[in-house]
Amino acid sequence: MDHNAKEAFVHAIENVAPALTGIAFIGLSYGLFAVSQGFAPIYPILMSLLIFAGSMEFIAVSLLLLPFDPIGTFLLTIMVNARHVFYGISMLEKYKNMGWKKTFLIFGMCDESFALNYTARLPNHIDRGWYYLWVNWSFEFFWMFSTAIGALAGNYFSNLPTKGIEFILASMFIVIFLDLVTIGKAIKSGIMGIIISSGCLAVFGAKGFIVPSMLGILLVFLATYRLDKRKGGESHD
Amino acid sequence: MTELQMIITIAIIVLGTMTTRFISFIVFTNYKEPPAIISYLGKALPGAVMGMLVVYSYKDTPILTGTHGIPELIATVITVSLHLWRRNMLLSMVVGTVVYMILVQIVFK
Repeated sequence: MDHNAKEAFVHAIENVAPALTGIAFIGLSYGLFAVSQGFAPIYPILMSLLIFAGSMEFIAVSLLLLPFDPIGTFLLTIMVNARHVFYGISMLEKYKNMGWKKTFLIFGMCDESFALNYTARLPNHIDRGWYYLWVNWSFEFFWMFSTAIGALAGNYFSNLPTKGIEFILASMFIVIFLDLVTIGKAIKSGIMGIIISSGCLAVFGAKGFIVPSMLGILLVFLATYRLDKRKGGESHD
Repeated sequence: MTELQMIITIAIIVLGTMTTRFISFIVFTNYKEPPAIISYLGKALPGAVMGMLVVYSYKDTPILTGTHGIPELIATVITVSLHLWRRNMLLSMVVGTVVYMILVQIVFK
């Protein structure tokens, strides 16, 4: 490894270390959860490697237990991961001229790596490209590694009392939702999402409410955008 | 789902996820600022999408049969209160899930 890469590695590890506990715990639960739903360990492990988006991987497990629905799956994935589009916009400048590293940086862009790389204040002697890359790679490695441990443990000790572990999905969304509506001040938006999707759940039932909910949410926000614009661009949360 | 359908489903999720990651770097290369409507949706959507996912994770809760959603309700109240109090994502998730597991395995079995 060249000197630049090594120096950036040490710097990156110091910064990712605190976030790794969280990643490792959720990865572990994800592996256990997927296996408890009847999947061979290779499924969660491959999904952690290839999808590398925590909430979507949990949803993927539940989708795989439903009837085959390629279009609904694609739309749901886009909506759940839409935030990446905005991470991308914010990183356009920083990831410019990164050469071969750029593909890996974009592939591994997740909430945690975005937060760290976007806010990184690096000393001049640290190679930026390598630093960003080590941050991404350490998250990816730990995520996959902890998923694998969880999945293999769940598979090996097949009589672990895992019943109810699926609540981890709900608890994750509740926590993110609470942070968004309180700290992120997205309370109107959050309540709108709950109302529209509960309505769609009542009308279309558990199997078919996601696509109508997404369309409903999108339509409502396009309408409020037009309204705000007509009123002269008032801010909206 | 057959095994092939599962593999296709995973491939679609990979494709969808990568679309969201790569699209800005492909579409917005010449923009300094993304179009106003995109920035607007970027601020407005996340709260609503997360609200939808909360509803999604309760979609199979039986209200009229079985345990009537009581374990879900208790675990949710605990997760929410703990999170508003301590603001520790990991702690809220662990305690909420463990409480739920105890409820469905021991209390309401």
